[in-house]
Amino acid sequence: MSKEVKEPLVRMTKRDTIGTAKAWGIRLAAVLLSLVVAGLVIVAITKQNPIQVYLGIVDGAVGTNRRAWVTVRETLALLCIAIGLTPAFKMKFWNIGAEGQILMGGTATAALMIYAGDALPNWLLLVLIFIASAAAGLIWGLIPAVFKAYFNTNETLFTLMLNYVAMQIVTFCIVFWENPAGSNTVGIIGAAGQKGWFPSLFGNIYGLNVVIVLILTLGMYIYMKYSKQGYEIAVVGESQNTARYAGINVKRVIIRTMMISGGICGLAGSLIVSGASHTISTSTAGGRGFTAIIVAWMSKFNPFAMILVSAFLVFMQQGAIQVASQFGLNENASDIITGILLFFLIGCEFFINYKLELRKNRKEGK
Amino acid sequence: MKKAVSFLLIAGLAVSMLAGCGSENNGAAGNGGTSNAADGTEAGGAQAVSDVKVGVIYIGDENEGYSAAHMTGIDEMMSELGLSDAQVIEKTNVPEDESCYDAAVDLAEQGCNIIFGTSFGFESYLLQAAAEYPEVQFCHGTGYQAASSGLSNMHNYFTAVYESRYVSGVVAGLKLNEMIADGTITEDEAKMGYVGAYPYAEVISGFTSFYLGAKSVCPSVTMEVQYTNSWADMSGEAEVATKLIDDGCVLISQHADTTGAPSACQEKGVPCVGYNIDMTSVAPDSALTSASINWGPYYTYAVQCVMNGEEIVTDWCQGYAEGADRITALNENVIAEGTQEKVTEVETSLKEGTLHVFDTATFTVNGSSLEDLIAGGGDYEKYAAYVSDGYFHESELASAPAFDLIIDGITSVTE
Repeated sequence: MSKEVKEPLVRMTKRDTIGTAKAWGIRLAAVLLSLVVAGLVIVAITKQNPIQVYLGIVDGAVGTNRRAWVTVRETLALLCIAIGLTPAFKMKFWNIGAEGQILMGGTATAALMIYAGDALPNWLLLVLIFIASAAAGLIWGLIPAVFKAYFNTNETLFTLMLNYVAMQIVTFCIVFWENPAGSNTVGIIGAAGQKGWFPSLFGNIYGLNVVIVLILTLGMYIYMKYSKQGYEIAVVGESQNTARYAGINVKRVIIRTMMISGGICGLAGSLIVSGASHTISTSTAGGRGFTAIIVAWMSKFNPFAMILVSAFLVFMQQGAIQVASQFGLNENASDIITGILLFFLIGCEFFINYKLELRKNRKEGK
Repeated sequence: MKKAVSFLLIAGLAVSMLAGCGSENNGAAGNGGTSNAADGTEAGGAQAVSDVKVGVIYIGDENEGYSAAHMTGIDEMMSELGLSDAQVIEKTNVPEDESCYDAAVDLAEQGCNIIFGTSFGFESYLLQAAAEYPEVQFCHGTGYQAASSGLSNMHNYFTAVYESRYVSGVVAGLKLNEMIADGTITEDEAKMGYVGAYPYAEVISGFTSFYLGAKSVCPSVTMEVQYTNSWADMSGEAEVATKLIDDGCVLISQHADTTGAPSACQEKGVPCVGYNIDMTSVAPDSALTSASINWGPYYTYAVQCVMNGEEIVTDWCQGYAEGADRITALNENVIAEGTQEKVTEVETSLKEGTLHVFDTATFTVNGSSLEDLIAGGGDYEKYAAYVSDGYFHESELASAPAFDLIIDGITSVTE
């Protein structure tokens, strides 16, 4: 009666545990494999020596002291946003509104630099900038959180739409701040006195960026791992019903968490405006609010892994600029390389979570 | 325990990676420093062709009309002066933010003696870089702050594009005359539409000269201007052009970088005048000609200056006479009869300097002449420096356009 079920040639089984060394071995293999595949693609499409292109990427990202610091600066901005997104995503609150939260923080920063730049000493101005930018981002995170908590609105759409509202607010502000009138650009704010600019710290203009973001990273790690609130976030993320059963006030956790998330993203806005560009435009966030989501997910919400992932993505992006001008390639060429690397890196997680068993092996196992 | 170990590993890796970056930089920075110093000593005197290194920062790439025009200019300079590809480093798709500063200082560190930035919004970032690298020459197209910056290595350049706009306006005016003679429109219906990017001097000066060109042959013409608030917005430009046509405009021109407006005109069967590039490929039955700029003469001049160890002028602006401005080939299918002859005549008088585009006798503002308004004082007093000998001296005090008055006959709709 019972027909023998034909065993497939390969079947996959979930791994119970995997050694750290083995997991990292798989990841390393994935990186090496992706470099080989990307190399083949480079040769096929551009007829360039892939080794030269890779060297070009390294040169572009860290080839000179200044390039390395630009890479660090961009990494810090991306990392800061990813840190901000972490609690929200851990709670399974899909905050895709980081762009808007950054823009609001940036707008608050620019407003203070323009209107209070001459009236206040620089340290006080910077303190105000941090408070105001965090508050602006916080409000932008609070609005969808309240609606989610009380009316169960879809936060994905809500936060996405708020991005466009923030963009319009920036456009509106530029009408008053543009220089010269009618040009639609604000230009560098406070170029003369460097009012509201981050001062040099430890002899480096991006020293303060490093300090702020590292404190945030460490703080977020501790908050998520060791605080009661961090635990509540994890429980709400797993199951709201379980959370309610355990006596957690879900509404409060949602609102509180989004205030933190939005606040940090707003602070990232000040980091970008006050600590790097010293200007504001609708492209100030520049898609980083979305890239940061990839960073947070790929790091599995581990703030320290985020340092690596954001550094990697920015490394490739800065390298791309050099490759484009050195080989006369379009910048999309290195997007392809980044895409291949990401494909392998994300794909290798499958082999970390599952193992493949050949039919023969399994029989031997029995 | 296991988690603590993995945490330490990750932290360790992060630290070692950062440290790795650091040490690599130090080595490279040493090299960079010495090569910079070497350049510094050379920059003072004259240089052989093989020593000069040119950096260019573009807002777009070869697929976008404005940047493509600059690239053509750079190519012309290279063949003119015999530079090799290795001596020109080009950075494309650079946005108008700190990336521009990063690009500029990166070019300086790569040993460029002269760096060009093509987009208006680059200016403050180039100023920042120019202050840091006094031995490198920075040239910014379409900007206006070089003279006031006090930096001897910062320069602005532009061409007298209003001259080519004036000539293209003449072509448009003749077309309107033909339509009036045909009975397609009456004299009062001779209304042109203009798709502008932003409501500031560069655009206003441009459309005013276009209008004056048309008016010089078709006295009854009026014009409506609307803005897209973007330099390059394909669908926005098409939309504004369609709106202008619905408002009764019978001819369209543009100061925006895409082919959006000509495409809309082709669809609606309305003649149009383009900008930068020949539009006949997208609007074979509508495009009359395009006002365009040839950047080659400036790039050749500026790089030549660096090679000879000479000063580059702070504000450079040349026009028809020097070949820096022109209109693209006239489209025989659309232009009115006799256009070629008239264009040649106007071009000749522009080159000879007998014709001034902003002749104050040809236009009024709120019913009065510009001279009377300046005499009346108030807001108009600032134009006193520009007006003499019966015309507005556009682009002579600074290379960037300065004419920002809305003259009678033009309606400018700012929303």
